[in-house]
Amino acid sequence: MLTPVTDTDGAPFWQYARAGELRVQTCADCDEPRFPPRPCCPHCQSFASEWRQVSGRGRVWSYVFPHPPLLPDYAAVAPYNVIVVELVDVPRIRLVGNLVSGPGAALDSLAPERVRIGARVQVVFDADGLPQWVLERS
Amino acid sequence: MAGQRMAGLKDATAIVGIGQTSFARQLPEDERTLACRAVLAALDDAGIAPGEVDALASYTMEETDEVELAKAVGFGDLTFFSKVGYGGGGSCATVAHLATAIAAGQATVGVAWRSRKRGSGARPWTNTDRQLPTPAQWTRPFGLLRPADEIAMLTRRYMYEYGATRDHLFNVALACRNRANQNPAAIMYDRPLTREMYMTSRWISEPLCLFDNCLETDGALACVVVSRERARDCRRTPVHIHSAAQGLPAQHHGMVNYWNDDPLTGPAWTAARHLWKHADFTPQDVDVAQIYDAFTALVPLSLEGYGFCGRGEGGAFTEGGALEIGGRLPLNTGGGGLSEAYVHGFNLINEGVRQLRGTSTAQVPDAATCLVTAGEGVPTSALLLTK
Repeated sequence: MLTPVTDTDGAPFWQYARAGELRVQTCADCDEPRFPPRPCCPHCQSFASEWRQVSGRGRVWSYVFPHPPLLPDYAAVAPYNVIVVELVDVPRIRLVGNLVSGPGAALDSLAPERVRIGARVQVVFDADGLPQWVLERS
Repeated sequence: MAGQRMAGLKDATAIVGIGQTSFARQLPEDERTLACRAVLAALDDAGIAPGEVDALASYTMEETDEVELAKAVGFGDLTFFSKVGYGGGGSCATVAHLATAIAAGQATVGVAWRSRKRGSGARPWTNTDRQLPTPAQWTRPFGLLRPADEIAMLTRRYMYEYGATRDHLFNVALACRNRANQNPAAIMYDRPLTREMYMTSRWISEPLCLFDNCLETDGALACVVVSRERARDCRRTPVHIHSAAQGLPAQHHGMVNYWNDDPLTGPAWTAARHLWKHADFTPQDVDVAQIYDAFTALVPLSLEGYGFCGRGEGGAFTEGGALEIGGRLPLNTGGGGLSEAYVHGFNLINEGVRQLRGTSTAQVPDAATCLVTAGEGVPTSALLLTK
């Protein structure tokens, strides 16, 4: 499986994720959250930012089921779901991820028919600190 | 002519030559040789000697560089050369850059080209070393690997928000295939498409199936741009560059445009505003359109972006044969990237020229205006061509 190839701006996100925290870069001057991370705020041009923890609750904004041809590791679990999650705390911040049956579960661990737009989801983290998503218990 | 004309691009330049190689899944010659053949064919079509060329434009992804091309085909001294990024988003911009340079007096004869062995070569997404850290770190680990996956994500949301259906996407695939079935140069010339084939084909990335994806093609194309005045002396009927635009919207993220207020409004909208601002006519006056179709879903989005219908109406626009010959907006009349050849959209430019010359294999009667677009979903570009 591919691991994140990070850059200077993105590295903090992954460091916090390894500690089991979902944090979003936010402008320290105007309070505007932004994603993906970048050097300065597109709203007020400030270079001061901080990483604010969010609840990790979200809703599925869209999803796909990739089928081969794919890279071998991914072909082995295809079709699997990839989702875009809109965060409840910070609307318009959306994260790409996978909806799985539990922390550390495989990309194809959840029945496809359970993936739908609007579904409430909660972040979990696998052993490597990669964010994953599980359905919120209703 | 008095020197009172306001500086600008409108009808100041024209495409006077087009050329191309054959298209196939695999061609034996290398990309450089194919580039030379396409460029020389375009110059011959124009009746212009290679030594007169002083400007070049292509894509940053083009592997044949200016030095190699110029020394092989015998260009003169070059005073303008430009490359445009973002893959298929740069197609129309190559012509736009030449038109701008020629209108501004920086050059007199420009050649734009694209040569690509996408059929023979590796699929770009398989080279994971070349993925840029931004934004790939946010998508690749989760298995969002290919352009098809990235656009499928936007497609699902588009279908959810506006009620667009697979039948709408099929209408796009079918129109392109029907035109390819009229075009002997098209890869899918002798292979008709049915709804049954479409609906039962394998998935590539649900909701996109095999027939929602463009071809994988070897081939090269080129065109020649000169001033309006010079165009009068050329071999063929000039096709004027009436308006041209590039578009990179504020807070746009490329094919993974998930991170702004309105992900379903893309670069087409930005390019369109500039394109129409400088045009003497409106979308309702467009006789035929060549819309970038790496994926079927890009067409309804582009129809909205370029103003042929309202927001969310792109799917419904395709109904009732609207994209077929005789419909409201005949589409991709050579077969497009879906069914003629996928060469980063350059075949759409050459087909636009053929329509206005009256020499298309699926000719729209008396076509006088043509929209050509580059890839939606990436920083893009577009042309309005007129007789």
